[in-house]
Amino acid sequence: MMVNGEIKTGNENSAGLTRADYRGAPSTLCQGCGHNSISSQIVAACYELGIVPEKIAKFSGIGCSSKSPTYFLNRSFGFNGLHGRMPSIALGGLFADITVKGLGVSGDGDTASIGMGQFKHLARRNMPMVYIVENNGVYGLTKGQFSATAEEGLLLKRQGINTYLPVDICMEALVTNASFVARGFAGDPKQLKNLLKAALSHNGLAILDIISPCVTFHNKENSYHSYLWGKEHEIKLHDIEFVQARDEITIEDFEPGSSKEVSLHDGTVVLMKKLDKDYDPTNRYEALRILEEAERENTLITGLLFVDPNAKTLFDRYSLPDEPLNRLEPSKLRPSADALEKLNQSLFMK
Amino acid sequence: MVKNNPTKEVEIIKNNKIINDFCITFSTVNGSGSATANTTLMRAIFKMGIPVSGKNIFPSNIQGLPTWYTLRLSKHGFLARVQEDDIVIAMNPSTINKEIDCIVPGGALFYPDDIKIANTRDDIVYYPMPIRKIIKESEVTPSLKDYISNMVYVGILAQMLGIPLDIIKEALSFHFKNKEKPVNLNMDVIGKSAEWAEKNLTKSDPYFVEPMQGNDGWIMSDGNTAGALGSIFGGVQFTAWYPITPASSLAESLHEYIPELRTDPITGKVTSVIVQAEDELAAIGMAIGAGWGGLRSMTSTSGPGLSLMTEFIGLAYYAEIPVVIWNVQRVGPSTGLPTRTAQGDITFVKFMGHGDTDNIMLFPGSVNECFEFGWKAFDIAERLQTPVIVMSDLDLGMNEWMTPKFDYPDQPIDRGKILWEEDLQKMLDKYQNEFGRYRDLDGDGITYRTLVGNMHPKAAYFTRGTGHDEYAKYTEDPKIWEESLMRIKKKFEKGKQYLPKPIIKINESKSGIICVGSASFPVEEAMDILSKDHLNFDYMRIKSIPFHQEVIEFLHTHDRIYVVELNRDGQLAQLLTLAAPVEANKFRNITKVDGLPLTAKWIANEIRKDEEK
Repeated sequence: MMVNGEIKTGNENSAGLTRADYRGAPSTLCQGCGHNSISSQIVAACYELGIVPEKIAKFSGIGCSSKSPTYFLNRSFGFNGLHGRMPSIALGGLFADITVKGLGVSGDGDTASIGMGQFKHLARRNMPMVYIVENNGVYGLTKGQFSATAEEGLLLKRQGINTYLPVDICMEALVTNASFVARGFAGDPKQLKNLLKAALSHNGLAILDIISPCVTFHNKENSYHSYLWGKEHEIKLHDIEFVQARDEITIEDFEPGSSKEVSLHDGTVVLMKKLDKDYDPTNRYEALRILEEAERENTLITGLLFVDPNAKTLFDRYSLPDEPLNRLEPSKLRPSADALEKLNQSLFMK
Repeated sequence: MVKNNPTKEVEIIKNNKIINDFCITFSTVNGSGSATANTTLMRAIFKMGIPVSGKNIFPSNIQGLPTWYTLRLSKHGFLARVQEDDIVIAMNPSTINKEIDCIVPGGALFYPDDIKIANTRDDIVYYPMPIRKIIKESEVTPSLKDYISNMVYVGILAQMLGIPLDIIKEALSFHFKNKEKPVNLNMDVIGKSAEWAEKNLTKSDPYFVEPMQGNDGWIMSDGNTAGALGSIFGGVQFTAWYPITPASSLAESLHEYIPELRTDPITGKVTSVIVQAEDELAAIGMAIGAGWGGLRSMTSTSGPGLSLMTEFIGLAYYAEIPVVIWNVQRVGPSTGLPTRTAQGDITFVKFMGHGDTDNIMLFPGSVNECFEFGWKAFDIAERLQTPVIVMSDLDLGMNEWMTPKFDYPDQPIDRGKILWEEDLQKMLDKYQNEFGRYRDLDGDGITYRTLVGNMHPKAAYFTRGTGHDEYAKYTEDPKIWEESLMRIKKKFEKGKQYLPKPIIKINESKSGIICVGSASFPVEEAMDILSKDHLNFDYMRIKSIPFHQEVIEFLHTHDRIYVVELNRDGQLAQLLTLAAPVEANKFRNITKVDGLPLTAKWIANEIRKDEEK
């Protein structure tokens, strides 16, 4: 088959691209790092959604997590910025062309410590982009110090016992009016992929806090951020199915009353099959309550905690031209000589 | 009956009138609404064709502390601050006795008649003003009384100096945007006050205003408004900012003017975005993100904010991202004197960022030049793909000045080396199907960039502050690191051609005077003072750093060089010394850092002292 003059193998997605078109450079992170499985799911989600890689821009801060955007979507522009300041770079960069989807990758150090301010202000503005926190409770690139999401009482080789309380990134997002808040687990790739698809389809800031174990410095079996603990203590809020706008929804697959569905801005539908409990992901207080309950009961709750598909985005607050700002001709940027003459007159000209 | 000269009759010698060449100081309490009164007087004097400058000397406070406003009328067109007060309007009881000491012999004091003053001097004229009485007789609502009280001295002064009331009205109408109600309310008090002065005061001082033609075709603006307007005509597309004195009014002017000037008449859409950020770290991050994305992008700040922005500016220097930063300088270090002026960030900005960095600075020397550098800064930043810092200051930025009208840009917008889909394909065809974001293809150190949204499958690259090769790929290779840093150095060396050249005036002297920015006003006046003593100097006002070859030539061709600047350490002289170390022993630092704009007399005295050595 010929697409754009190239021979295709038959594994093309709706954009006529193969999985290889979504690949990145080989990872230089540790073998078994949770971040690598997240990178794979980003590739899978974008490929399956048929997003053209040029229509994605990758942003990150500093740390192991922030290195990972080089390991996926080589054909997307990327910007690896400063520690804790991915949000500000992304905000400015995405105004250049609002048809490009932002995909930010940060870590728990990058978001919950140095970047807490920018993280919360991005949420407050509902900047339309995906914000992934690869959360492992530890600073990996500086060889193993506690992060702000590390639980109290945790023991590390050199620092000893952590005496501070952890920050819950999802709770922080919820109380700052984030319009999409989910928690995933790098050890649960299927759910992660569906959460990523929903996040990529959300028109607003989609915050995904992904527990992503650090196999080198912080994978003790009794710790919140380890594979083993996660596998043993994960409780899914629901089974997420993702239905793209152009697909026919086969609702009959689900028994009435057994699922919740949320229609996103672009017409896609997130179907959440009920598991053992009823859960309404459009209720912010319910999300906070269930997070508090999980903490008390020592479980890892995962799934789409909250979504408001109709929240006003940052771009909605401006009257932007249809043509991307970065493609405007100089003639559209400089007012006329007449306008300057009028201006001079208005400045009390003698 | 008010006695207008309670101590001693001061003789006015009719032939000794002082016309259009004196200074009035208004001493008020911060927050009492005197700004409207003071700028109304300034605008009226301006409209009479008299060169005039106004300076607000104010505390970091909203209400209650003493504040001063000085108006200088100068028939010769000198706009710098002067130290002496010829006329004082003393509205603040707590400072009035100090004020009296500053008045020149033969000067005049206007004061509310309910302030008790110690008559310590018999060589000045006293004019008590019945402010309460006049306000009581006018129908002013109680909430406006304090504001309107200031209009009493406007009326009395207009009468005593000879400012026609219709011109005062014109200035007020401008201020209130032609709203009849407030204009009439204020004019009523001004008229009554002028009438009272005519009946009750005898002119016993020598100061008069007379119409002249000293500013035809000029306008009134502050440097921050001018900078904002210049940026708008330079096509600014993205601004992120965080409030800080004395820079806030620059971004506020953008908010004010962008809807009018940058709304597309056909689509009704706005082509320029402004975001008030959560802090300066985010403001510069957003601006750099937008610059990376291909928007003409800027921020405005002052010393403390710039300190916070430093890490990001280092990133933009190394990752080669255009961004314009307005630094409206105030007195540091630390919070310092937040409402006072300085030129104290020169050395800091030059090397802002760790490692080997070098930043481009532009120094506007007038309000008009704030407009010019407003648009020019974007062309330079995009051409050289680097941060450009425009070094204004509080005096230039926040005070309203008379200035030649803004000239329309004489250069088309220069977006620099940007590749869209077709451009990129042409390049790939030419260069073995390879695009390298940091490949120096033209030998000028300036490389080509693609922008986000470019749909060509080979357009994307990965921007990073970590070591990278010509293809923007991560590397720690020692040779590549060094090569890339040397290439950036070359870009700066060759890129000087895009920077504004210095203004040089040759008077055939072996001694020269150098300054930057707003210091040029008192410096040029000081040269006039000195020339009367037959002390003539060559003069250079530098407009940009890194220095042009002309700057170095000027150092070579003079034996003694005075560098006049508003800081402690002689920062401009420091950088000149680095640029031309063999000339170091020629420099004489004329520096001051008291938070006030320099005066010509002080500069002239300092230079004279040195010349007499």
